[in-house]
Amino acid sequence: MNSTAHALSRKRNHIRKSRADQIFDLIIYTIAVIMTLLALYPMYFILIASISDPNQVAQGNVLLWPRGFSLDGYRYLLSMGNLWNGYLNTILYSLAGTLIMLAVNIPVAYSLSRRDLVGRGFFTFFFIFPMFFGGGLIPTFIILNNTFHLVDTFTVMVLPFSVISYYIVVSRTFFMTSLPGELWDAAQIDGCGNLRYFFTVVLPLSKAILAVIALWAAVGHWNSYFNAMIYLRTPAKYPLQLVMRNILINNEMAASAMTGSAAADINRKANLIKYGAIVVSSLPIMTMYPFVQKYFNQGVMIGALKG
Amino acid sequence: MTRTTVAVRKHTWEHIRRNWGLYLLMLPAAVIFICFTYLPMYGVIIAFKDFKPASGIWGSQWAGLKYFERYFNSYMFTNTIMNTLFISLYTIAATFPLPILLALMCNQMYAKRFKKVFQVSTYLPHFISTVVMCGMIIMFLSPSSGVIPKILGMMGFQIGDLMGNADAFSGIYVWTEVWQHVGWDSIMYIAALSAIDPQLYEAAEVDGASKWQKILAIDIPMLVPTMVTLFILRCGSLLGVGFEKVYLLQNDLNIAKSEIISTYLYKMGLKSNQYSYSAAIGLFNNVVNFVILILVNQISKKISDTSLF
Repeated sequence: MNSTAHALSRKRNHIRKSRADQIFDLIIYTIAVIMTLLALYPMYFILIASISDPNQVAQGNVLLWPRGFSLDGYRYLLSMGNLWNGYLNTILYSLAGTLIMLAVNIPVAYSLSRRDLVGRGFFTFFFIFPMFFGGGLIPTFIILNNTFHLVDTFTVMVLPFSVISYYIVVSRTFFMTSLPGELWDAAQIDGCGNLRYFFTVVLPLSKAILAVIALWAAVGHWNSYFNAMIYLRTPAKYPLQLVMRNILINNEMAASAMTGSAAADINRKANLIKYGAIVVSSLPIMTMYPFVQKYFNQGVMIGALKG
Repeated sequence: MTRTTVAVRKHTWEHIRRNWGLYLLMLPAAVIFICFTYLPMYGVIIAFKDFKPASGIWGSQWAGLKYFERYFNSYMFTNTIMNTLFISLYTIAATFPLPILLALMCNQMYAKRFKKVFQVSTYLPHFISTVVMCGMIIMFLSPSSGVIPKILGMMGFQIGDLMGNADAFSGIYVWTEVWQHVGWDSIMYIAALSAIDPQLYEAAEVDGASKWQKILAIDIPMLVPTMVTLFILRCGSLLGVGFEKVYLLQNDLNIAKSEIISTYLYKMGLKSNQYSYSAAIGLFNNVVNFVILILVNQISKKISDTSLF
């Protein structure tokens, strides 16, 4: 008897609880739907504005779907030599820069992950200290310009800033947590040296971290404009983001495109071109992202572990 | 020297000799770091010199603290420090707690498909480049053609020209920062939440805890170590508001509230070629950041046992 009463009261309790929890769920899912829309809408708006009649966009008629379908913006973008030149430069900088970053950071991370490394404390400090302190913009510029004469070269875009303390920390943690120590002991008994072990055993086992670092590095190169603005002089060497800055922020566009007579008309056309340029410059990353997002998440989580 | 220390030393050398490969693996990165990161740290001494490119870093005349005094006495000192601090504190106040809320919310979702869509769409803005982001902000807020004044106008609100309003600058900076990174910044908290032992929740359910109570009693306490670590890191860059976005959003009308230390030193250094003055501002900035980081880290070590080093 007692036990049925108990079960009953528990059941009642359960129903009451689930009603409160239902309201809770309702609130959470409502907020989540609103947030999803808020996150996606600005990007969606850019997309529909880039294929609409610029006059309709200016009047505020393009909010949910494209109006007065037109590809004029993209047609004009095709004729913008500097944009495509920037695109090509960015692809080259990203490819070379990513390869260099992998080549310099991953080996350091492996060495630092080895507990038997003599001087491990010193080397760890050496590679991580710059995360918290640096010479600053001007001394770095003077060294790169006056000592190494790297200003306005391809090298300056891919080499001087390729050692990233954070990448080293994350990959070191990965090596420490995922490579069993016995593996090296066994390899040593078979007479395998450090280098051969690193290239033939460690690297093939570390595809996950290689993917994470490669993606971070590639996105970083693709999206950065700062180093290019500081260290490049010749417009023909500008990467995509610097060209984009001139289009979006400085409103630099060839006058030939602006055939309209009224200022408002020119402004509308300029906006159309900007929307298109945003789509074109962001497309590679935005379309790739959903497929590779698990690597990004993995990387952040490895970084969260304490080494 | 005793016999044992000799033996140990010999053993150490033997060990280094046998593992030369490990040092070779570090060599390329070490050379790059020495040339392009540690050499500039030495180059920072130009902050104490009258740097002339022809005489080089070492050959230039010493100037003592002249350039530091000049910065501390200039009217730009208070201006840049106040703007930097204000934007920085505002950013922390908004972008530190919101990802935690988002993660707690995400942890409550059981509809797998929806959760996935939610996560991917809130992460996505993180990958927009700073240049494109600033272009979007300027276009969207334009009083003549921007979509935000249009939508708000339909609802009966008039916001005027926000980009031309100095007082609106920090708000624009911070809330677009939230829009872009809140999803991404929540990943670490989501990871920490997914590591919680389900038995804890089951025990709480037996005690009749509601979802809300479980969040307060289980989720939040479990997130504290992650919060502390991320908070220390954020404090370490209190005077390090990102140059890239502020610089692109600056214009003549908002400059009174948008000139921060890093944009000011860029203009002084590379636009007006006042190398030593600019290096002094940069050094001051870096030292303050570093000291704050160490302080917060020590305090946190004392009161919460969580620290970076």
